[in-house]
Amino acid sequence: MILALDTPQIDWAALAPPLALLAAGGANLLVAVLVPRGDRRVVAAYVGLVGFAGALVAAAILFDQSPDGHGVIADAIQRDRLGALTAMIVAGSGILAIGASYREPMSDSHIAEYYALLAWAGAGMTFLATAGNLMTLFLGLEWFSISLYILCAIDRELVGSLEAGLKYLIVGGFGSAMLLFGSALVYGATGALEFHRIAQVVQQQGLSDDALLVTGLALLIGGLGFKASAAPFHMWTPDVYEGAPTPVTAFMSAATKAVALVLMLRVLVTAFPQEARLWTVTVAAIACASLAVGNLAALVQRSVKRMLAYSSISHAGFMLIAIAANNALGARALLYYLIPYCAMSVGAFAVVAARERELNRPVTLDNLAGFGWERPLLGVSMVAFMLGFAGFPLTGGFVGKFYVFSAAYETGWTWLVIVGVAATAVSLYYYLGVIRAMYFRPSEELQLAPVVGGSPAPERALQTAVAAALVVTVGSFFAVQPLIDAAKKAASSLLF
Amino acid sequence: MDPGWLTTGLILLPVAGALVVWILPLRPFAVGSTALLFALAEVALWIDAAARFDFGQGGLQLAQQQSWFSDLDVSYHVGFYGFSMWLVGMTVIVLAAAIGYAVWAGRERPRAYYGLMLLLTGAIVGVFVAEDLLLFYVFWEAMLVPLYFLVGVWGGAGRLRATLLFVIYTMAGSLLMLASIIVLGLSQGTFDLVESGTNGSDWIFLGFVAAFAVKAPIFPLHAWLRDTYRESSAEVSAVLSGVVSKVAAYGFLRIAIAKFPGPTADLRTPILVLAACGLVYGSLVAFRSPDLRGVIAYSSLAQMGLITLGLFAVNDLGLNGAVLQMVNHGLISATLFLLAGAIERRTTTGELGALGGMARGRPALATVLMATGVIALAVPGSAAFAGEFAILAGVFRTGWGYALVGAAAMVLAAMYMLRLISAVLHRSPGPSVTEAALDLRPAELTVIVPLVALLVVLSAWPAAITERSFASAPQIPNKGSVIATTEAGQLLMLSKELAERGQSP
Repeated sequence: MILALDTPQIDWAALAPPLALLAAGGANLLVAVLVPRGDRRVVAAYVGLVGFAGALVAAAILFDQSPDGHGVIADAIQRDRLGALTAMIVAGSGILAIGASYREPMSDSHIAEYYALLAWAGAGMTFLATAGNLMTLFLGLEWFSISLYILCAIDRELVGSLEAGLKYLIVGGFGSAMLLFGSALVYGATGALEFHRIAQVVQQQGLSDDALLVTGLALLIGGLGFKASAAPFHMWTPDVYEGAPTPVTAFMSAATKAVALVLMLRVLVTAFPQEARLWTVTVAAIACASLAVGNLAALVQRSVKRMLAYSSISHAGFMLIAIAANNALGARALLYYLIPYCAMSVGAFAVVAARERELNRPVTLDNLAGFGWERPLLGVSMVAFMLGFAGFPLTGGFVGKFYVFSAAYETGWTWLVIVGVAATAVSLYYYLGVIRAMYFRPSEELQLAPVVGGSPAPERALQTAVAAALVVTVGSFFAVQPLIDAAKKAASSLLF
Repeated sequence: MDPGWLTTGLILLPVAGALVVWILPLRPFAVGSTALLFALAEVALWIDAAARFDFGQGGLQLAQQQSWFSDLDVSYHVGFYGFSMWLVGMTVIVLAAAIGYAVWAGRERPRAYYGLMLLLTGAIVGVFVAEDLLLFYVFWEAMLVPLYFLVGVWGGAGRLRATLLFVIYTMAGSLLMLASIIVLGLSQGTFDLVESGTNGSDWIFLGFVAAFAVKAPIFPLHAWLRDTYRESSAEVSAVLSGVVSKVAAYGFLRIAIAKFPGPTADLRTPILVLAACGLVYGSLVAFRSPDLRGVIAYSSLAQMGLITLGLFAVNDLGLNGAVLQMVNHGLISATLFLLAGAIERRTTTGELGALGGMARGRPALATVLMATGVIALAVPGSAAFAGEFAILAGVFRTGWGYALVGAAAMVLAAMYMLRLISAVLHRSPGPSVTEAALDLRPAELTVIVPLVALLVVLSAWPAAITERSFASAPQIPNKGSVIATTEAGQLLMLSKELAERGQSP
């Protein structure tokens, strides 16, 4: 008897973005052994760049070609515009992060592996963005997490890098375990893996108050909350962001958060519509906690990287408000918000990286003095990023906050608007503090010991990346309509 | 060509100037002149706009609209009403004078400095012409950024504390306004100021009032005022007290009063009382201030109280008087701050105790300061007198007590202004006044004299503004009629007519 094995039809186009990145990562492993050490840095960076650019293009084509979302490969992943747009955001962040990585003072011996891991992390994220069932959800999450654990620890000469990697591994492992346990409980309660099947089964069998299911849902939210670094799952964030090589932090702060939040939106809206009254309140509470923890802790930081880490926690809070709103406007708000947010986040860390390389020590608010006048482009960009984080007009950060608050108001949660507004007011202090440090205080106050061999020449790759981030930050303010249209199309993949 | 481009041009021209100054590698002197050129071109553009504006016709003019994002109905919508035309005129003239003064005084890092000044001009003009709530907020915040840098980088020794206070106060107000804007816009279904109707919520109203009251400032939200006005360079203080405070008064008029008739009626009394308190308190502190800038700063607080009284009288007399007084005070305050700057440059101090006797041998300084001071203390026949009289007559119809307080404050104004004049010009020369302290130079006169000349013109012809502000205006609900019904009211109307007849050419 011949055993007939049913293999599902594979839609390769739907997998194109992760495949492009996987290929780039593989090519970089070859670069590590085939290209002589002197050229390796350049070649590896370009291969990584081509991978991310390819993923961006593939995702853009996928966005255009998938007006109706549907499951592919036995419904394991979703081919829809939500996943494609998220993949575009991840790939864009990756391109900017490569610009920031190019001159990172890292030993040449592992440089190709660095770019390979960066591409694989991106591949995992773009794959996760399309996850359609609990298995692919966990697979994608672990895929990019493991890459990031190594990336955090890759620079063995950097003080704190190894520590950061270990912390991330342990705490991240805990988060993954929560997610896995939650998935198991949900599967146990419903017997379904696919997100839309879970919703069907819950409706058919009236399971929405089932203890197993609700516990599973809570654990799923917690697991994704770890990756989005939302309070109270944020404990790892400041240490890891501070210890990891700055370009890795830049990529992590933007892309990981984007994909975790989009996934949270997808899972909650697709799999658990019947439990909305439970999870909207929970997510709103997590949002408030993140806003409180992130903003208050950021006030007292002297290290700029730590400050930005707390700021990223508070931004997770803002974006969670959009998810908690549980309406079409909220989904649109989240997807729009991510675009300027990722640009600002990568850009801000890239500027920090530039200063770090100039001074050869961690950047604090004190040793930023005079930086704005010395490096006009980086200074002006940093001002734009900080004002964007604080939600000032002429940056997309303003429109994003406006949409988020509007979504909360539309749900009838005026109190959440007030919390958000209050958090924004608090955040001004530390964002403007960076500007104050860069421009208002003369660099003579610093009395820096001169760097041996003079300060390094301006880095073209990093400056290009920062300028691109600036263009996205400011451009997203003026071009709201096309971006919001894209976000609207992407959000229409969901059930609203 | 669509006349609306003129309005957009008034916003974009200074912004373009800022970009030119930032990007082109000009030499320091050329930077200042280029900026001044842009500022003067802006004034010329405004004159063109005013010439095309029909002050007798109702409704929004020189309007332009372009959708920004359609799902929430937010658009780029700009246009002029009668009163906003005057306020924009005052803005561009004061900013041109401020830039001119900075060119004369010389500032470090000129490219950044003049670029920010031009950017500020564009943002302020934007606030006055925005006809969309969100656009209004965008310009409102855009105004804060250049101010933050101008005070924080080029300010005095206490600038860090001053900017911190300034930003915390303003942003606390602004963010409350943002919440109000979201709630108001979404509940109306549109953010357009012309299309949207009125609203009856006290809370939304208070959100707006908070932002405007901080920026004006209204007593007791003025804690940022003294530090900020003192630590800024003279021309930035001139812009802050002359122009930026008027943006807040404009907000009261265009949004708080025009869109919230119910809450305005409900909460009028507390607002009027606070305004009156500010008027008296500001005048008293101005009288006791030990330095030039303190006097001008607190007189500014008092004047904003007076303007608020006029606005919240919500009748023709009060509103007309308030608009006239906004323009008057903008010019007066800017002139006084520029003069204070000129004096500080010569004597290295603004302490009134260290000054004195500057009239001797300095005829130009004495004449200009005297003229401005006399107009500022509202001598009958002056522009400020016309404005204050109309305000008091207007607020009299709301409650005679307010008018009484206002009249008392006019006496206090005379006291602090005369004290300032005598402390600077008269008495024996103070320890800081040396022979090296020269009279005003021709360059300074070129900057300051036009401002004073405009005040003289307005003194002769206040009706230029009072009769050309509200024919083209948004509908202001429950506005009290001018027809006087009480005997006291008739008496006031009569005296107003007499006053105007006496001053009209």
